[in-house]
Amino acid sequence: MEVGQMQRRLVEFTKSLFVEGFLDGQFLQLQQLQDDSNPDFVVEVVSLFFQDSEKLLNDLTSALEQQDVDFKKVDAHVHQLKGSSSSIGAQRVKNACVVFRSFCEEQNLQECMRCLQLVKQEFYLAKNKFETLFTMEQQIVAAGGSIPATEITSF
Amino acid sequence: MDRDDVVSWQRRTHDVDAFDSLHPSDTEEAHVLAVDDSLVDRKVIERLLRISSFRVTTVESGSRALQFLGLDEDKSSGHFDGLNLKVDLIITDYCMPGMSGYDLLKRVKESSALREIPVVIMSSEKVLARIDRCLEEGAEEFIVKPVKLSDVKRLKAYMRRDSRESNKSETGNRANANRKLREEEEEEEDNNYDESDLSASSPSPPACSVSSSPPSTSSSCSSFPSSAAALAAMDERRL
Repeated sequence: MEVGQMQRRLVEFTKSLFVEGFLDGQFLQLQQLQDDSNPDFVVEVVSLFFQDSEKLLNDLTSALEQQDVDFKKVDAHVHQLKGSSSSIGAQRVKNACVVFRSFCEEQNLQECMRCLQLVKQEFYLAKNKFETLFTMEQQIVAAGGSIPATEITSF
Repeated sequence: MDRDDVVSWQRRTHDVDAFDSLHPSDTEEAHVLAVDDSLVDRKVIERLLRISSFRVTTVESGSRALQFLGLDEDKSSGHFDGLNLKVDLIITDYCMPGMSGYDLLKRVKESSALREIPVVIMSSEKVLARIDRCLEEGAEEFIVKPVKLSDVKRLKAYMRRDSRESNKSETGNRANANRKLREEEEEEEDNNYDESDLSASSPSPPACSVSSSPPSTSSSCSSFPSSAAALAAMDERRL
């Protein structure tokens, strides 16, 4: 595949992520923070998010498995996840956290467990999407091309 | 005004475009201390600040921030015995385990050595009581997360040493404007006030409580300023 084709694929793929709600405007903010002096900024932050949050998801899982579930603790974890997903523009993860928190407030264990599954689903889905995105970018750079800037006018 | 569109509140108006240079000197970049317990957010805010030509130090907690500022958390005398690299602005997350951003704000404003340092609060939750509390305690601005480049560019306006003097006449107007906004909002908010900020409400988990340390009324994110217990706790910690 030649560079131009790869670039077009990347643009289409990125657009789809916005259209499907995986990403929101905050991701564009992150892209603006990347430049020649910090060429890997987006990959670094996103990777940090997935590493950091993996642990959070484990903590959430065990917190919900306790005999006496501490909903304040669960809520605190979800709040954290909501915050960091919001900071990288991972919109669907963030939205799943918002729903989760409302059930924490209600102290509804069954719904909380369902929410945890949904959050995990969105989390791994997002991870997958980001990995695809970064791989496509890598391939373009390896082929000597540049990463086209994300245009937001058409969606 | 559509409440949903407002993403930051300021204590006073600023004409950002008039500010070409940074205080204290043109040759020196302003130094910002960023406080946030989230690793991801620290990385983002650091980059946001650096790209906006600030020098940055990030710390993960209010107590670390106080240590960095040379104000030991336990001592109330406010003398400097630690590192004191000059800080021109503090930007802090509101919701943090242990010392909240509000607590940090209070400690800074209570300190004769530090009170001149402008403090900006960041929060993912747009709670009017929280915003009011912070602005009243002396925060320059309350920014709703996620923080954007445009938010950070606005920070330059707070660096001027004489900004308080030149804006004094505007402060009164701004305070009135804020009060009016608050009154309007309160009428709508009466029925759907964020329960997490009312300690007197029915038992629901506070917005950002942390169960690892026993919540003290003044530092937990759910404390409401008018509750007697919170005031009593605050008085205990005063100089």
